[in-house]
Amino acid sequence: MLILTCPYCGVAADETELAPGGEAHLTREGPGSDDDAFAGYLFHRENPKGVHFERWRHAMGCGKWFHAARCTVTLEVFGTYAAQVTEPPRAIRDAVSARRPGWRWRDLT
Amino acid sequence: MSIRLNSGGRRIDRDRVLRYRFNGRDMAGFAGDTLASALLGAGQTLMGRSFKYHRPRGVVASGPEEPNALMGVGEGARFEPNQRAPATPLHEGLVAVSQNHWPSLERDVGAVNTALARFLPAGFYYKTFTWPRAFWKHVYEPFIRRSAGLGRPPEEADADRYEHFNIRTDVVVIGGGIAGLTAARLAAEAGLEVLLIEQDTIWGGRAPVDGVEIDGNPAQAWVDDTVAALAAMPNVRLRLGTMAAGIYDHGYLLAYERVADRPDSSGAPRHRLWRVRARRIVTATGAIERPLSFACNDVPGVMLAGAVRDYLVDYGVSPGDRTVIVTNNDDAYRTAIALHRAGLSVPAIVDARPEIAGALPEEARQLGLTILPGTGIAKVKGGRQVTGVALCQQGGDGAVTQEIACDAVAMSGGWSPVVHLWSHCGGKLIWDAEQAHFRPDPDRAPTGADGRGFVVTAGAASGALRADAALSDAAAAADRVLTALDQTAGDASPPRADVPSEAPLAPVWMMPQRAGADLRAKMWLDFQNDVKVSDVRLAAQEGFTSVEHAKRYTTLGMATDQGKLSNINGLAVLADARGDAIPQVGTTTFRPPYVPISMGSIAGEARGDLFQPIRRTPLHDWHEGQGARWEPVGQWRRPYTYLREGEGVKDAVNREILNTRSNVGLLDASTLGKIVVKGPDAGRFLDMLYTNMMSTLKVGRCRYGLMCSENGFLMDDGVVARLSEDTFLCHTTTGGADRIHAHMEEWLQTEWWTWKVWIANLTEHYAQIAVVGPKARTLLERLGGMDLSRDALPFMGWADGTLGGLPVRVYRISFSGELSYEIAVPAGQGRALWDRLLSEGADLGVMPYGTEALHVMRAEKGFIMIGDETDGTVIPQDLGLDWAISKKKDDYLGKRAQARPHMTDPDRWTLVGLETESGAVLPEGAYAVAEGTNANGQRRTQGRVTSTYYSPTLDRGIAMGLVWRGPERLGEVLTFPKVDGTPVRARIVSPVFYDPKGEKQDV
Repeated sequence: MLILTCPYCGVAADETELAPGGEAHLTREGPGSDDDAFAGYLFHRENPKGVHFERWRHAMGCGKWFHAARCTVTLEVFGTYAAQVTEPPRAIRDAVSARRPGWRWRDLT
Repeated sequence: MSIRLNSGGRRIDRDRVLRYRFNGRDMAGFAGDTLASALLGAGQTLMGRSFKYHRPRGVVASGPEEPNALMGVGEGARFEPNQRAPATPLHEGLVAVSQNHWPSLERDVGAVNTALARFLPAGFYYKTFTWPRAFWKHVYEPFIRRSAGLGRPPEEADADRYEHFNIRTDVVVIGGGIAGLTAARLAAEAGLEVLLIEQDTIWGGRAPVDGVEIDGNPAQAWVDDTVAALAAMPNVRLRLGTMAAGIYDHGYLLAYERVADRPDSSGAPRHRLWRVRARRIVTATGAIERPLSFACNDVPGVMLAGAVRDYLVDYGVSPGDRTVIVTNNDDAYRTAIALHRAGLSVPAIVDARPEIAGALPEEARQLGLTILPGTGIAKVKGGRQVTGVALCQQGGDGAVTQEIACDAVAMSGGWSPVVHLWSHCGGKLIWDAEQAHFRPDPDRAPTGADGRGFVVTAGAASGALRADAALSDAAAAADRVLTALDQTAGDASPPRADVPSEAPLAPVWMMPQRAGADLRAKMWLDFQNDVKVSDVRLAAQEGFTSVEHAKRYTTLGMATDQGKLSNINGLAVLADARGDAIPQVGTTTFRPPYVPISMGSIAGEARGDLFQPIRRTPLHDWHEGQGARWEPVGQWRRPYTYLREGEGVKDAVNREILNTRSNVGLLDASTLGKIVVKGPDAGRFLDMLYTNMMSTLKVGRCRYGLMCSENGFLMDDGVVARLSEDTFLCHTTTGGADRIHAHMEEWLQTEWWTWKVWIANLTEHYAQIAVVGPKARTLLERLGGMDLSRDALPFMGWADGTLGGLPVRVYRISFSGELSYEIAVPAGQGRALWDRLLSEGADLGVMPYGTEALHVMRAEKGFIMIGDETDGTVIPQDLGLDWAISKKKDDYLGKRAQARPHMTDPDRWTLVGLETESGAVLPEGAYAVAEGTNANGQRRTQGRVTSTYYSPTLDRGIAMGLVWRGPERLGEVLTFPKVDGTPVRARIVSPVFYDPKGEKQDV
């Protein structure tokens, strides 16, 4: 059972307090998008062995959505950060680099 | 035969006799006994029957790893099956029954399977029960179901109380043997908060039994001193009878405490589940002795050598008068020496090793014991009890060299560290060739949130089997914990043990080494699941060479065993059959719990009223007093109908409908979701959430809206009221309120976070009462306070005001097709409004109605219901709701998905009404059949029923359904077969059965 620290209220929350929200940083494709782009948005997900970025909600706590960067193999948590970004902030990417030099996720490094 | 000796037994109190019952017989043991030691002490070696062949079985082990002596313990509401007798403390009045036999343990019909064993090899059921096909349902399946499982489940509701206990601590030490005590002491002395748990009911582990000396004193004295010191420290918690069941991500540990297994009146829970978060976990879980694989190694009287020693030293019980020792290592000589010193006969020590040189064998030799090097057991003689052993050369094929009469055999194939907990959360193992076991690889520990290992092993659990090595390993483990947690060591110095040196063991995976098929078919690897050497070889031969496949094909290591006794021996046989080394074969996955835990402990307090809290509306008590039949909707309870004296449910529903249609009905609509959306961008936000345009709604008006998920499917519906320029109130379905609130928050927080919108779920702030029927306005006017005329409050309008002096908001919306007002009032005043409506409307025929009347009336009007007409694959266009989908908006959630080719396919099933030719009610969920069959040979279908009711208004059955190109086919007749195959014919009609022009609601 994971522990993730909610970046809003600061609570180190048990997984039972949290609701998972799947892969982070998807770009919404609306009307006008072509079928491939829309299918990519709606259906296609990363399934990495290693560094991953996810959405979580502190559902049984402050109710806020946030992001987590963690390793799917070792369960190491590199950091959590606010939901209101379209990609991981520099500090988080540096934290990942410090532990996993040369990491790659989608086109992020 | 097993006996209780006249002296000895460090754990028992011979002055306190405990009476208990076993298989209906009155028995007696001593305080401190386990059920197994008491039975052995009473000469009861036969303790159960094996699972598959029903072979007679006795106890093999002295701890929870026991595979054979599984008992049903307790009676009635306190009955628990599959309890391991050596881990069940005896108490006065305990009632136990053995398992897997009929009619009795001694005379068991199922034992015929032993004679059939050659026809029941591994996987026989995959091969046998496939033909003839018709036999499956009536012959094979009932037979397999009766044979499956071990003990019988309890038949009564559990009488006991259970609880969960949540705790955070720096360090948990699992195992109260000398390694665990050492690690706990060193961690605690350094100032860390420590929880030390031990599954047994005493501290000290094996060391006191094995005669270990620590710091110059007998182990027991050191154990007593250390426990006393720990107990005196404020930063230490000690718990006996508490088993670590599983280790999970990020330092989470579940531990199972058997608090009060004997009935008592203290009010203590029976079991307590500890939910622990630890910064570091030390597993000092010891090691388990391995059996040896020789023919008939399952006959009662064959036991693990360490267990024989335990019963002798701990309980003063000997499994026999004449015990043959069979071993591949020095440790088993301790058993020989202990038996000899207790005055029992040890006719021979059969040692598979050709050369024997250690200090313990030397001691045995000096005591005059016979040691037979390079020797093995060809076969154990005896049926329900060992009568002797036939010996052979270990390197040979089993030719008998000698026979020895005996009534017990103590076997030892070496010891394997208990690696289960280490492995639960991903800790990796390495093969230790010298000791012939897998042990934890400290460089590949389970990792925590900081990316570092959070489990450390100590003592025999690390593979440090001898006491001296175990103590230094425990000290090193404590050091690693202190370093990881930046803690400085305290003053205590690590203890030292004094033990004789031991010569290396010789791996023995089969005895004798070149045993033929006859012998292999009688060598048990897994006693509990009746898996033999021949079965594992067969699995490999048939291609199940992966260890996980072989496990499932043979059932090796399943059930309560979980690899405790059977694992390494089975892997070795599989490796040999594959021609691989053991590490290449690997192990199966170790999964929690380490030892089975009770269902009650998992549930904890979450049972009965606390299982799922019930949500009650402000009118709940009134409903209850008026004969409400409850319908669960989400966590709410809503009245399905109100039963009057002597009335049937159908009659009550019909009465409520007819009265509402002709007079006036009241519905408690308080459970409907009420979500306020407010802010300068509220309209823009709702335009994205609903398929219709909400931003154009005028203040004072209401609009019915549909909400879709991003993949286009209809997820909720409800009426939206615009309360002010920047404020909307969104009604949701009863079950959807929390989900829709979360859905709104998700999009607001994660996609449109710059929009100025705030959301609040006010569902429980208001009681909401629907006043429905042609006399609704008359009734409300009697309460007085506001103008509810057609002009002042037209259909789909809302107004604030007072009614009967109560502050209300009145919505003129209708889900029944009648003149209808939904009146919201602060929750605390809901009952007052309800009572006023009932008293003022008595002469108007006012009558409450329940959810079933609501459903029928909405179906009469062709209104859809989320969950009936929708199932997560239905889009609004399927339901003829195009009028509620804005054509002007560029975007809304689901719009893009609804443009996908499959969604715009004219062949989609679409909503229609259905009328049976006979006027009967269509069966729920019935399918309309089409001509021909599909690719699977099944009858093709062309539609299905989504809602079906008897309409008292129309006095006939009405239904709605989704039908292939439905609206184009009005007037066609479809055939719906019932479950028994008889057809029901129904005509496709408009889904609006009642007042199609909508005149009644707009008066």
